Amino acid sequence: MAASRCSRCAWLFLVFIYSLYVVVISEEPTPGNEQHASVADNPQTPAETVKQPTEERRWEATQVDETVPDDAAAANKQDLPVPDSVLTSTPPLKDEFQEELVIRPLHSGDIYASFQFRTVWETDFTRGRKVSHYRLFPKSLGQVISKFSVRELHISFTQGYWRTMQWGQPYLPSPPGAELWVWFQDTVTDVDATWKELTNVLSGIFCASLNFIDSTNTVQPSASFKPLGIANGTDHRFLRYATLPREIVCTENLTPWKKLLPCGSKAGLAVLLKSEKLFHSSFHSQAVHIRPVCQDGPCKTASLELRQTLNVVFDLHASGQGKREWSLFKMFSRTLTEACPLASSSKIYIDVTDNPQEDQFELSPATHLLSQAVVLGDRRTFSVYDLTQQVTFGTVRSLNVLIRWKSTEGDMLRPLLHAERYVAGYGLQTGEIHTLIYNNHPFRSFPVLLLDSVPWYLRLYVHTLTVTSKGKDNKPSYIHYQPSKDRMRPHLLEMLVQLPPHSVTEVTVQFERALLKWTEYTPDPNHGFYVGYEHIACHICHKSVLQVRNERIFQMCFSFNCRSSVVSALVPSTVAMNTNITKEQPLFSTFFPAKEESSYFIRVYTEPLLVNLPTPDFSMPYNVICLTCTVVAVGYGSLYNLLTRSFQVEEPNPGLAKRIANVIRKMRGVPPLVAKVFQSQLIQSVQTHKGRLVCVVNFATVTKIAPAVNYAAPMDAGTSAYLQLR
Amino acid sequence: MGLLSDPNRRRALINLLTRLNAPICALCYFAGVCWFMGLAFEPFTLRTYMSENAMGSTMVEERFPSGERALATGKEFAAHKKKVGGMPVDWLVKTMQARGLEVFTQSFSRTLPFPDENKERYIVKGTNVYGILRAPRAPRTEALVLSAPCSPGDNNNQAVGLLLGLAHYFRSQVFWAKDIIFLVNEHDLIGMQAWLESYHHTNTTGMDWSPLQGRGGSIQAALSLELSSDVITSLDIILEGLNGQLPNLDLANLFYAFCQKIGVLCTIQGRLQRNDWDSVSGYSHAVQTMMLMVMKQASGRPWGDHGLFLRYHIEAATIKGINSFRQYKTDVTTVGRLLEGMFRKLNNLLERLHQSYFFYLMPSLSHFVSIGYYMPAFGLLAVILLLRALDLWVQLVSPPAVAVDGVGDVAQSSPGVLSVLTPLVISHLTGAALYILPTRFQEIAVEHFPVSETEAVVLTVIAVYTAGLALPHNTHRLLSGEGTEQGWRVLKLVAVLYLAVLLGCTALINFSLGFILALTLVPVAAFVTPHVPKTLSAVVLVILSPAFTLLFSVFFFQELEEMPVSFQDGWLLYLSVISQGILDHHLYGSLVYPLIALMVYPCWLLFWNILFWK
Repeated sequence: MAASRCSRCAWLFLVFIYSLYVVVISEEPTPGNEQHASVADNPQTPAETVKQPTEERRWEATQVDETVPDDAAAANKQDLPVPDSVLTSTPPLKDEFQEELVIRPLHSGDIYASFQFRTVWETDFTRGRKVSHYRLFPKSLGQVISKFSVRELHISFTQGYWRTMQWGQPYLPSPPGAELWVWFQDTVTDVDATWKELTNVLSGIFCASLNFIDSTNTVQPSASFKPLGIANGTDHRFLRYATLPREIVCTENLTPWKKLLPCGSKAGLAVLLKSEKLFHSSFHSQAVHIRPVCQDGPCKTASLELRQTLNVVFDLHASGQGKREWSLFKMFSRTLTEACPLASSSKIYIDVTDNPQEDQFELSPATHLLSQAVVLGDRRTFSVYDLTQQVTFGTVRSLNVLIRWKSTEGDMLRPLLHAERYVAGYGLQTGEIHTLIYNNHPFRSFPVLLLDSVPWYLRLYVHTLTVTSKGKDNKPSYIHYQPSKDRMRPHLLEMLVQLPPHSVTEVTVQFERALLKWTEYTPDPNHGFYVGYEHIACHICHKSVLQVRNERIFQMCFSFNCRSSVVSALVPSTVAMNTNITKEQPLFSTFFPAKEESSYFIRVYTEPLLVNLPTPDFSMPYNVICLTCTVVAVGYGSLYNLLTRSFQVEEPNPGLAKRIANVIRKMRGVPPLVAKVFQSQLIQSVQTHKGRLVCVVNFATVTKIAPAVNYAAPMDAGTSAYLQLR
Repeated sequence: MGLLSDPNRRRALINLLTRLNAPICALCYFAGVCWFMGLAFEPFTLRTYMSENAMGSTMVEERFPSGERALATGKEFAAHKKKVGGMPVDWLVKTMQARGLEVFTQSFSRTLPFPDENKERYIVKGTNVYGILRAPRAPRTEALVLSAPCSPGDNNNQAVGLLLGLAHYFRSQVFWAKDIIFLVNEHDLIGMQAWLESYHHTNTTGMDWSPLQGRGGSIQAALSLELSSDVITSLDIILEGLNGQLPNLDLANLFYAFCQKIGVLCTIQGRLQRNDWDSVSGYSHAVQTMMLMVMKQASGRPWGDHGLFLRYHIEAATIKGINSFRQYKTDVTTVGRLLEGMFRKLNNLLERLHQSYFFYLMPSLSHFVSIGYYMPAFGLLAVILLLRALDLWVQLVSPPAVAVDGVGDVAQSSPGVLSVLTPLVISHLTGAALYILPTRFQEIAVEHFPVSETEAVVLTVIAVYTAGLALPHNTHRLLSGEGTEQGWRVLKLVAVLYLAVLLGCTALINFSLGFILALTLVPVAAFVTPHVPKTLSAVVLVILSPAFTLLFSVFFFQELEEMPVSFQDGWLLYLSVISQGILDHHLYGSLVYPLIALMVYPCWLLFWNILFWK
């Protein structure tokens, strides 16, 4: 059965090669001869294919070496600086660099390109050893890691939102804006101060606004983020997680990111990373992940792994001019001519799973290497181009992979798990955050861990928190809630929720919008305030051939989840070991350590929210000041005046003699003759003194003399009459 | 404030105000009306200008090329619409998907409280179709909306065609920073209401809708398109929304700026602007344009599909293509370019539109009257009420032996509390009956009388209204015996202050409504006493009652629209306006009907009560 399929494949392939050959001849008359020669020289010429149909498509894992012609391999050996041969110093610094590019043609006609650059360095910062010699590993990051005792660091910059409905699941999910989470080593005493310092340093390294990370947007998730590398403790006191949904990612972030690569953007896959094309796309995400991994099987010693990833989705309508045809040149306006000389492996993978018979799209130049990997619980097949081999580049000395679609249908996908989020209600007083989580699996339910971090200026009413699935109340089996403190820290809500099969689970919580102080508003307050996305972590265990086995695994996962350790349970060191020593697996499939092939871990991020807070009209401070002053002066002043003054018959104007007497009294320093008595409240006591009425007045409230001066004034006849009346 | 704290001068001032009360009131009324009429005079108004920097200085180019294709799409849409006999949902979904949008549908249903005879609908079921153009590299936080209604008959096919054409063209551009939602709504406002309620997950009117599957974050601005011909002569912008809310003036400025730039004739209230402001006809033209806006705003109903957006703080306007008999025609490509330009500028917005005015009147598209200019007109009318209140207060505390300290009069007016409270309660109960009874008892009315449901509702309204005139003005005698001179003064004082507060609050929210009500109710409040000639005053009072105000407004509006009607037609129109007002309240949450029924009418009844005080 398999043999017959293989032979059919071979025949189709033969036809494809032939048609391509014809196309090339007709399109390019000048290099036609060379091309012809190259095809003839190729060991896999059509003539030979007929003779050996079973060898036509080779699986990379088993037969990589055989496909390489001996002379080419020798040439590569010379080019490639194999670490062992280069390093002569003691102790030998063992480091290794791999690069790869995965291209996945998407249903919608868009194309997804994912770069991964991996540097593994057999060193250990944890023991406090000073490391001063750097080779492939970027020194700037190495110093940061050793100085701040960072165990794991994950940072991502994303521009755009991953459209799960159109594109399926990404290899490495990342939220819009900047996301940073760091596990510190347990030797760190003041985590918060270290974190603050680290964010500022990273801000400089990546030319991003990470310095805006402070206590108001930092949280310590208890369960959602577990170490991805080897770890012996998962005490979340050493974890810090922060996001900046507003961060705009552009070329100034790309340049420092590229500088971390051993070859820079001079050679290898990185030559494709030209910002004018990368930012002419629907989605752009770049990330740096640093974690300790096992060096070898028994996992005696740890080495440091740096993964730099860059994901980009090019749009069919905007970049592709609507033509369903993609090539490296069209995507990146460059072609590839060589691998990075420092790389031990440099490969391009093209996802051809949906294209077994080449009826969806055709690929040129054709490659004979195939590879299989389990990505997101799905066994995918990839065509592989190995850049370390000269034969890949052909006679034109450049590789320009071309994908041309044959069919034009593009439906919306129904991804297994996706989520959306929105603010309900209107007006500027209250609102409601709705999160919808879709489980589209027909018969499986999944436990998912939700993480929600809401800024303090949305005052959550936690008693209104509801989780409903299929119209019924869905009680979370684990809730971790940390209330916010105004201007200090955000709300943190973590929940473990079981998603019933084929359902929509709705999480709602009401909030009140706080009034900020006027200095706390951003320069563009009417734009609204960003509220970070909700993060949904799920360990899906369902893809398997055997139903029974499937159930068992699922049960196991669930039991893990019930103990609210959904992620940490996934990372025993043996798994980490497995992922790191088996080099046959492409990089993109090995990031999240999977327990078994049948289960996998996914993260889903919802979109961030833009919430308008009650905003004063900053455009008219002058009017506001004028109005306020007028109201205070006229309204309050007169009212106060009327309330605190008592009216009485005034004496006729003091005669000239009295005025003169007052002037004299003033000069003498004696209080003048008082004509009026102030309001009765001010009169503290009335007493008879030497036969005359004396009124003790507390003048402090009237004349701002402090401390209060008791002032005895002699009273004239009118005043005493008034007092008698009262 | 020395004036008030000095008892002598204060007394002099009060004496002056009470002695000259009537002339001052008349003068204020006259001045208020004059001020209002002067608002339309061009030298007194401001030229419109773009306040929002993000929309002002940035240059955008309009390159929309495919108007002909849009028209072809419109024809195709019309054919499918005819075939299906309603909204061609499947075709729209397919077409939008082919244009690279994320397409979703939403179904809704609504049973009206009573049949709408104007639009001939009672149980409404429909489907909205919308496609979201996802902006590249944007995190779905902001969106713009372009909507076109799927109208019965041959209306608005071109609008849908142009919407799809723009969607296709916009999809291939990279400069979008906000998602753009292309919405085709069925059953005009009801569909729009369902979509908006679902988008914001609110339910204020008891409509059934299916939840939306896709969203684009917070909507920043929306344009609704109405286009029923292949070529147009001018474009009209409609601003008046629900409850008299208006979009930010910058949206109108944007439209005007692009009309100028592209060279399309643009109108507001269907009227071109004239340059001869100094001639009488030019002035009257401006006054009529402004009066049309005042009338429309006062009605509190949404005058286009955009009207419902405003509740959610989304700036929105309807752009309507008009094809008249003028020579100069504009094709759809040009309209498309205009919309493209507007959307590109809205796309450039960094913040919500907030720089310019939210409260304004427009005597022409290039001039506007801001709130600071028109409020004095209302203030001059409102001050009459305060002057009357002062006069009454002084009369009540008239024995001048007691200083005006407010201490002495509590004892005197205390026996009047019951006599004041009773008419207040009774008139408000009548108002509540006016609000509740018509829709509640339509079934009973239909059973017992040979009328349709709609007629039953309207006739019940009129019946309750008339019954209210007969009911309350004698009741106080049963409760508190003979009415005293003091009694009616206290009642009138309360009524006048109540009216002042009521009108003041109304004018703040909806100036036009407040001003029109003030024009008729303030004279009533000013002159009515038990001592004026009964019959004549009763006639005047009835003529100046809210119901008659509405009747006059209907005729006046028809006159302004240059569609004068006979009395017979006017009466029928009047009845339909009442039913529409009630429907607007139940369907969209318009507040004019409850305001009139629960507040204004009871307040007017108090004055009616005073007239028949014995």
